[in-house]
Amino acid sequence: MLKACLIQLVNAPRRASVIRIPCKFLALWCVVAASIVRADEITIAVAANFATPMEAICQRFEQDTGHKVHLAVGSSGKFFAQIEHGAPFQAFFSADQAKPAQLERNGLTVPNSRFTYARGRLVLWSAAPEAVDATGNALKRGTYHKLAIANPKLAPYGAAAVETLKNLGLESSARKHLVQGENIAQTFQFVASGNAELGLVALSQVMRNGEIGSGSAWLVPETLYSPILQDAVILVPGRNSAALASFWEFVQSKPAQRIIESYGYASPHSAAQAR
Amino acid sequence: MLISESDLSAIWLTLRLATTVTLLLLLIGTPLALWLANTRSRLKGPLSALITLPLVLPPTVLGFYLLLFMGPNGPLGQLTTSLGLGTLAFTFWGLVIASLLYSLPFVVQPIQNAFAAQGTHPAEVAATLRASPWNTFWHVRLPLAKPGIVTATVLGFAHTVGEFGVVLMIGGNIPGETRVVSVQIYDHVEALEYAQAHWLSAAMVIFSFSVLLALYLVQQRRQTSAQAVVGLRYEP
Repeated sequence: MLKACLIQLVNAPRRASVIRIPCKFLALWCVVAASIVRADEITIAVAANFATPMEAICQRFEQDTGHKVHLAVGSSGKFFAQIEHGAPFQAFFSADQAKPAQLERNGLTVPNSRFTYARGRLVLWSAAPEAVDATGNALKRGTYHKLAIANPKLAPYGAAAVETLKNLGLESSARKHLVQGENIAQTFQFVASGNAELGLVALSQVMRNGEIGSGSAWLVPETLYSPILQDAVILVPGRNSAALASFWEFVQSKPAQRIIESYGYASPHSAAQAR
Repeated sequence: MLISESDLSAIWLTLRLATTVTLLLLLIGTPLALWLANTRSRLKGPLSALITLPLVLPPTVLGFYLLLFMGPNGPLGQLTTSLGLGTLAFTFWGLVIASLLYSLPFVVQPIQNAFAAQGTHPAEVAATLRASPWNTFWHVRLPLAKPGIVTATVLGFAHTVGEFGVVLMIGGNIPGETRVVSVQIYDHVEALEYAQAHWLSAAMVIFSFSVLLALYLVQQRRQTSAQAVVGLRYEP
């Protein structure tokens, strides 16, 4: 009922005010939905690891076009479930490829809108300077107490971390030192607060203006884990939005790509080769 | 089998955590409640507010500060490190400390109310019979406060079982150490394993309902028997 109502509003936002809905709650929902689909405002769900570069991209986009972008930041798994149940996001920047592809199979996306926007890089990071050397020996020596990784079941960066440990032959020795964050943002928090000496986190979290912002880090070679490819897709509520169409063009443009790379992501063009 | 081995380990850990926390809370909470019920100190207001704080604060706030507090640069972290205990985050005892804070109001308030409701009369009568304050506490005040203590025990236990946000923030999701039932359910849901999530969640709902139902039934019976006693005494 709610979903049907939302879709109706998406198709004809101007009629929103004359539709009478008996339930107050539903009415409120529809008002919210109607305001979201106004032509010059778009709402996008973004995976937590990509939040900072996305803000920079949106700021640039808003300056250039006058459109307004609302961002909802969270875990891809949660957004996936919400979109399945009719959340009014117009586009979705996932931390992986599987979820956008699944949404596409379920008919919740605009056909041919899916593309790879970034390739994530894994980094061994410590909040303490000089705790991590440039060859990753800190990990191999195994003298640390706690190593934080993201939950490998839920987060692509967690899966990549486990794969890296496996390929280094450290999986069993590291197991008793592992602590898991529910997502990569929490994993970073464990390391930043010093509760875990080491962490395998996203390069985008520690990179500012092209270099490591604080602490010490080892960029894990990409031969040690499968590429972390991140896909974005336009969702059904965004199919008639002109603002979103121009955002889609912008996010794939050179200036936007430069912003993405400055936060430590590899560009999707080389990602396409890696695939 | 829909309840897996890791589910069972999470259930066992949760029960162990809740039992430890409840026992410790009764030890800490009872004297605290007694003092709060009797005192006219100026500290009563601020202290009561402090104890009630976890009831109002989002668990994420508590968890965030505990993480900083317990870390190697935080005061508690420095204390435990200097005692040779290491830091407390990601350990069972770290969760115990967090849960003590988190469930404190649920234990202190019912006991405090029970003590306050007694008034000064029973203790004064005991004193005229030459009972020492210690004797009065054990043989008069504590037995009279029993309903409040039962409520406090049940609420403290149940609230610790239901704890989620704080554990998520400082636990690190270690099997058998910090991965409690609520975190396990969250993992199932996030991984879209809805069937397993359903089993564990249903178990939680049934557990919580039974505990609360038992509590209310016991209280109801006590009330009616108390009324009967009062009726016998004061109605000619």
